[in-house]
Amino acid sequence: MTGAESGQVTWGATELFVSHGRTVALRGVSLSAPAGQVTAVVGGDGAGKTTLLRCMAGSLAPGSGTVRRPPKERSGYFPASSGIYEDLTVAENLDFRANGYGLPRQVGRDRAAEYLERAGLSAASGRLAGQLSGGMRQKLAVIAAMLHHPDLLVLDEPTTGVDPVSRSGLWWLIARAAAEGCAVVLATTYLDEAERCTAVLVLDEGTELVSGSPEQIVAAMPGVLRAVPFKPEGEAAARAWRRAGRWRRWDPLSGQDTDQAPVGRGGVITPDLQDAVTVAALARQVGQDSDPGPAVLAGQHQGGAA
Amino acid sequence: MTSLAGCAEVTKQFGDFTAVRDVSLLVQPGEIVGLLGANGAGKTTLIRMLLGLIGTSRGRVELFGEPPSRQTRSRLGYVPQGLGLYDDMTPAENMQFSAAIFGTGAVGALPEALGRYAADLVGSLPLGVQRRVAFAQALAHRPDLLILDEPTSGVDPLGRARLWETIAEAADGGAGVLVTTHYMEEAQECGRLVIMADGRVVAEGTSAQIVGSGHVVRVDAESWSKAFGALERAGLQVALAGRGLRVPGADPGAVRAALGDLPATVRQVPATLEERFFELTAQSEAA
Repeated sequence: MTGAESGQVTWGATELFVSHGRTVALRGVSLSAPAGQVTAVVGGDGAGKTTLLRCMAGSLAPGSGTVRRPPKERSGYFPASSGIYEDLTVAENLDFRANGYGLPRQVGRDRAAEYLERAGLSAASGRLAGQLSGGMRQKLAVIAAMLHHPDLLVLDEPTTGVDPVSRSGLWWLIARAAAEGCAVVLATTYLDEAERCTAVLVLDEGTELVSGSPEQIVAAMPGVLRAVPFKPEGEAAARAWRRAGRWRRWDPLSGQDTDQAPVGRGGVITPDLQDAVTVAALARQVGQDSDPGPAVLAGQHQGGAA
Repeated sequence: MTSLAGCAEVTKQFGDFTAVRDVSLLVQPGEIVGLLGANGAGKTTLIRMLLGLIGTSRGRVELFGEPPSRQTRSRLGYVPQGLGLYDDMTPAENMQFSAAIFGTGAVGALPEALGRYAADLVGSLPLGVQRRVAFAQALAHRPDLLILDEPTSGVDPLGRARLWETIAEAADGGAGVLVTTHYMEEAQECGRLVIMADGRVVAEGTSAQIVGSGHVVRVDAESWSKAFGALERAGLQVALAGRGLRVPGADPGAVRAALGDLPATVRQVPATLEERFFELTAQSEAA
């Protein structure tokens, strides 16, 4: 790789532990966020995404572990606590922010104009921020967070609740920031969004479930995956799930058995990221419910990158 | 067979603004219909008319074969995006309250896995658990028609798969399901999709039928950021995809030319549902 994605600098976190009162929010989570790449932090509500992102943005100190991040003025964070002023227009908000970042007036205005245009927000530049729709507001907040070309951009669920048209504008902004050499860390609950990122960290109850590039996570899936027309009966039912009107059944086979189950035979299919993450969650559940044996856990931690 | 919910050439105007134009839609027993559209496409207005919460300007709406009324509403189950639970009551109290409202007498049982939360206040529960309580509550009176708004928002992938199993079980039991969502992962779970743009239905069918033979150009460059810059300068619409880029609505030759001498492979790949959705919405805006 060359240019922005050569990743001269890698921001990140190592072995973070964070507690909120008696609740442990993060248990030994590590993340790496190379310059010029988009790294996704994925998980359901309560998985620990926001806690990790707040540590990365410097707005929360971990109980233990280390965070590598640029100085505050070289970071951008969404949602920024004092982010957007509802009684200022879109343009005034960005002017104000550019001034706060110490950008020369014309540079700030030129950047703002370009980002607004590409994110489909130009027509709204004279509108009060308080009158924007949810998606427009999210786009404005992301533009405000990246106006000063930060080294690290931390985005906490920028696309949640946003319609696909606004989402496309947001993704353009994200790609643009990374193309300019910024390390982008983005939280999402959706794996089709994670699939667009260079690396993915999946969190579950404050711990790492899997991590790596989407391809690595898929390659590291233990056992074999089958597409079956009906929900399996018996204990296999717990290892099956419905997807797009059909059923997936995961079999935690050992390495040798896996060799005898090639793709295409007996309904065996090649998993995608959504399948691989679902399997990792199942493997953890099976592991908790009973003694899984070594086969179930094999391959779970081969992800690597994060 | 009578449809559970249906409307024929329905139009709704608010003053000079037409929110829904000539929309026809049927939900049959046992089917899961996904309603997709950008904000302002008319989805919410359509659903409010189907439920009888607002009247139509033109056209006819039927719920269970008759005009919507308080009576027909008792055969509905609804999970709004905000879940509609009372935070200061326990899951069991929420279920009792809902049963009393529907007048069904029978209080639905909480799923076994939620038993340990029975005595906690809903407001103190994790959102994923709250969502399952909302589902249990909406399904308790065995509704004939389920209306769900982004039903698995904020849920982890395995939890999402389990919630979809619950939805599919209701459909297999004969209920019709109407789902609105912004997420294509959810849309893929629906048997049939209806896409709205600018108040109209612009596409209808299975996900595969809607995507059809649509293609986009995929670029895998040695440096995606340089490729991104080059395609941008050429005025092409570029989207990030892992270590590669996707360029919808462009010709591979034009993409190749825009890349100049940057080392990259350029090929046509099938479009995704989201890309097709975007194209349909843009076409509708341009028209």
